[in-house]
Amino acid sequence: MQNSRRLFLRASLAAGTAAVAAAAGLLVPQTVLANWPKKAFETQDMETAIKEISSLSELTPSDLIKVKTPTVAENGAVVSVTVKHSIPDAESISILVPKNTSKLAASYLLSGQIASFVTCRIKMRETSDVIAVVKAGGKLYSGKSRVKVTLGGCGG
Amino acid sequence: MAKKMKIRAFSGDNGIAIVKALIFHPMETGLRKDKDTGKTIPAHHITEVQVEHNGTKIITCLWGPTVSKNPFLSFDLKGAKPGDSVKVSWVDNLGKTESGEAKIS
Repeated sequence: MQNSRRLFLRASLAAGTAAVAAAAGLLVPQTVLANWPKKAFETQDMETAIKEISSLSELTPSDLIKVKTPTVAENGAVVSVTVKHSIPDAESISILVPKNTSKLAASYLLSGQIASFVTCRIKMRETSDVIAVVKAGGKLYSGKSRVKVTLGGCGG
Repeated sequence: MAKKMKIRAFSGDNGIAIVKALIFHPMETGLRKDKDTGKTIPAHHITEVQVEHNGTKIITCLWGPTVSKNPFLSFDLKGAKPGDSVKVSWVDNLGKTESGEAKIS
């Protein structure tokens, strides 16, 4: 959780939007927006995306991470990705797509209560690996799966 | 009235519950062009989702425009009992917020 707190404290967005959210009363101001890692989501470089979202660079491939995706995605607008792992004390799971414009799709900051998996649906521009990066104990572990994206829905 | 999100949470073995949430949101990347006007549709996507279990924050999701339209979120949760509450709150890049709650069945 220390890392999440560090991310929260990294204020970078205009006070105005935080005020709107606070006024809506739904989210506590210091946990909203101030911590959205803009650079991580906007960079077109995989290494920068990984560094910005996790503060670390080196990836260690691990068999303890399974990335479940369809082998072939007829519709690149909705590709289901499930990351299942058994790495102890995982702090975060990030999902990256090297062939997309925005390399970082999503990052999940975990508490000890999350048991073993997260699932999300992402857009994929073309056939690409989907890489899951789990941060635990000051290291990054990775797993990946390849998704073939066809256009036109006929599998041609 | 349009529903903002659907949340289902059900308990399984060993006190582990599965939570599934479907959030209705356009998730515009800011790269698409309107077919009729030719103008770029501005980015409008959820940036952060917070999930609470009985008032305790359990997962914070940081999302970019790559996440699909009407995003789906699912995960499993330890130490969850039937009757516990799960609350999902999101904020998008335009500052809009929304939240929903469900009980674990």
